[in-house]
Parts: sequence; structure tokens; C-alpha cells
Amino acid sequence: MRGNGYLFAAYAITWIIHIVYLGTIVSRYSRLKREIEELKKSGVRSQT
Amino acid sequence: MSVPTGITRATLLKDLRLEWRSKDAINSMLFFSLLVVVVFSFSFDPSAEESRQIAGGLIWVAFLFAAVVALNQTWAREIRNQVLDAYRVSPAPANSLFIAKTLGNFIFVSVLEALMTPLFIAFYRLRALGPVWQLLLVAVLGTWALVVNGTFFAAMSLRTRSREIMLPLLLFPISIPAILAMVQSTTAILNGEGARFWIVLLVTYDLVFTTVCLLLFETVLNAE
Amino acid sequence: MKRAFPILGILTALLLSYALYMALIGAPTEQTMGNVQRIFYYHVPSAWTAFILFFVNFGASVFYLIKRQPAADIVALVSAEVGVVFCTVVLVTGPIWARPVWGIWWTWDMRLTSTLVLWLIYVSYLFLRRFSSGGQTPLLAAALAVLGALCVPFVYFSIWFFRTQHPQPVMGGGGSIDPRMLHVLLINWLAFSCFSFLVCWSRYRLERLQRDVDQAHALESLLDPRGRVR
Repeated sequence: MRGNGYLFAAYAITWIIHIVYLGTIVSRYSRLKREIEELKKSGVRSQT
Repeated sequence: MSVPTGITRATLLKDLRLEWRSKDAINSMLFFSLLVVVVFSFSFDPSAEESRQIAGGLIWVAFLFAAVVALNQTWAREIRNQVLDAYRVSPAPANSLFIAKTLGNFIFVSVLEALMTPLFIAFYRLRALGPVWQLLLVAVLGTWALVVNGTFFAAMSLRTRSREIMLPLLLFPISIPAILAMVQSTTAILNGEGARFWIVLLVTYDLVFTTVCLLLFETVLNAE
Repeated sequence: MKRAFPILGILTALLLSYALYMALIGAPTEQTMGNVQRIFYYHVPSAWTAFILFFVNFGASVFYLIKRQPAADIVALVSAEVGVVFCTVVLVTGPIWARPVWGIWWTWDMRLTSTLVLWLIYVSYLFLRRFSSGGQTPLLAAALAVLGALCVPFVYFSIWFFRTQHPQPVMGGGGSIDPRMLHVLLINWLAFSCFSFLVCWSRYRLERLQRDVDQAHALESLLDPRGRVR
């Protein structure tokens, strides 16, 4: 039965690694979106 | 004499002459090599039987450290005097510069190895059971493998932050097959066993990586 | 194109769930190792996926060296990053598998050692990309990728010979595989391949967006507030 613990650990850590990586992609994406909003605002100002 | 070989010879002789005159780098490198051997002797007890069995590995790790320190200053002089920019605009082929630098490094590192080897032999009471010429062959092939990749990565590291750490960071992973071959063949020859596979591997490795580094050096030099 | 992504996402999630079910329940239990052997269905497909991604990195790098297309550079970056993620999974699940079966965490077994060296090579590639500045990065990275890829056969050969001289327990067992297990293995490989494709696609879009924003910033600093060049 000890084996099952290792099995669970292996599968869990696989998904933890993938989710962490996807998390970095998502957070960078939302930060970029915010930057784009700011760029658009300042862009409008320079055109007036 | 064709232009490329002329440039190679000129660059190499210039480097050797400058080095001989100032003796900055060579003196500090020689002392560093001595220190490495002594530190190793304290870390890995030379009188223990096991140490004699791993002596092949110890020697090459020591050579590796010395090579990295030597390689890090490969392009130092060129950067100080903006030589690389001059080289980029000149019609001289980039390969000539690369070969000259690699040969210079090879000579430099070989001198260091020539100093460290007698010390290792003395401290660890090494005896070669196999043919010594094979040990020399492995030394030449192994040193070339480290130096050809090292000179290439040193040029790459110029364009990065943390230049000194980038060189070993890039060099070590790619050198692992060569390092394994160097260590295994040295240990085998010291113990009187066959090292043919490892020597063939080293020859192939040297041929492949020398060719590719030559092909790609121009790109790296001119990367803008 | 944009709508394809959520659809593929759902399909991949379903495939992954099915593959997980098959790995945990559908596949027969192995005789000697018991349930722990099921780690195999995550360990091996991750390795195969990583190798494919590293190969893509090699192809994209060569393409960039010849054609100098920015898209190729982004593909190279993305495939290396995601490849390292999958390679990390291999290196972590390997020891977790080895520990209950052989009582040790690491054996310098041929496959695990080769994977470790591969991981080191591509992590050094990622370091080069992070530490080099601006315009030169794509070319330097492409050169390093070519050298790294050429190193791979040497890695395998040298470690293979080293292992035949100094044999160690082989992880994952040699020998033939039960066809039902092979079936589950391939399903998991397909699922992870689709998953890796989607992750790469997301990372690609992120990188594209990042470069556009960087360009916009650069442009902004060149122009004064009235849109004239400073």
C-alpha cells in the first residue's frame, strides 16, 4: 500500500509542475494586458 | 601564404608575444593551477587506495577549472581595445580569428596541464600501467574539446550580463560527453585497460564541434 | 483561429482525463512492482514529449539561422521552455518511481542520466536567452541550440557505453511490454502531446504580445508627446 502513496505523489507533482508553469503564463498575460491599456491611454493623449 | 592562414598566424603570434611580455595571465594561472592541485590533495587523500582509482577524474576536473579561468580572459584584451569592432568591419574571415584564439588557448591550457601533471603524479604516486602515448593523445584531444567549445562560448558570453559565470554555465553541459570520455579513458589507461571507444568518441566529438564552431563563429561575432 | 483554442482545450482535457482513468484503473496491474508501476504512464510520455519539443527547438533554430524570421525564434524559445518543463517532470517522477522499487532515489541509470544532461543543456539555453541583451539573443540562442542538439547523440553514446562498463539497475525495465499497457501508454502520450501543443500555443501568443508591447515602448521613448521624433 506504500506504493500507492508514491503513485499519487508522482501524478500530483506532474500536475503541480504544469499548473505552476501555466500560472506564470497567465499572470504575465494579465500584466501585459494592463500595460497595453496604459499604452493605449497614453497613446490617445499624444494624438491630441 | 593565403590570407586566412596569414591572419591566423599573425593573431596567434601577437597573442603569444603579448602574453610572454606581460606574463600577467600566465603567472596567475600557473599559481592557480598549483593551488587547485594542493586543494584537491587535501580534499581527496592521496594515500588512500580509492583516490588512486579516481585520479583520472581528479586530474581532469582540475584541468577543467584551469581551462575555465584561462578561457574567461580569452577576449578580455580585445574588448579593452575595441579590437572586435575593428575585426567586424575588416574583410578578414572570422574563422581565422577563431582558430587563432582557440590555438592560443590550447597552448595556454596545455602549459597549465604540463605544470599540474607532474604535481599530480608526485602527490598521488601515479603509475601508468598502459601506454603513455595514449595518455598524451587523450590529453590533446580532451584539451582541444574543452578549448574549442570554450573559446566559442567565451565569444558568446561577451554579449551577456554576468559574463564570467555564463562561460562555465554554457560550457559544462555540452562538454559532459567529452568529460566522461576524458576521465574514463585516462582511468582506463592508468589501469592498463583498453580505451579505444573513448578515444574514438573524443576524436569524433572534436571533429564535429570544431566544424560546427567554425561554421557558426561568424554569426556569433557579427550578431547584432 | 481564436475559437479553435477553447475547443481544443476542452478536447485535450477530456483526453487527459480518459488517459488518467486508463492509467490508474484501465491498465492491468504489473506483477512485480504493483501499482507504483503506473507512474510509467506519466513518466515515459513526458520524456517523449520533451524529446519532440527539443527536436522542434533544433529545427526552429536552424530555420532561424537560415531565414532570420522572428516567428522561428519564438518557436525555438517556446519549445525549449515547455520542453524543460516536461523534462523536469521526467526527472522528478523518475526518482519517485525508483524509490519504492529499488530503495534508492537515483541510480545513474542510462535513461535518467541522459535526460538529466539534456535538461542541463536546455536550461543553459534558457539562461543564455535570459542573460543576453536584445538584438543578439535570437542568433546566439540559435547557435547554442545547434551545438546542444548535436551534443545529444554524444550524450547517449557515451552514457550507454559507460553503463555497459558499470552496470546499474535499469529503471522502467527492459524487455517487452504487455500490449494493453502499450495501449494505455500511447493514449497518455497522445493526451500529453495535445496538452504540450496547447501550452506552446499559449506561450507563443504571450511572447508575441510581449514583443509587440516592447516594440511599442521602444517607439514611445523615441517619439516626444506630440508624436514627433525626439
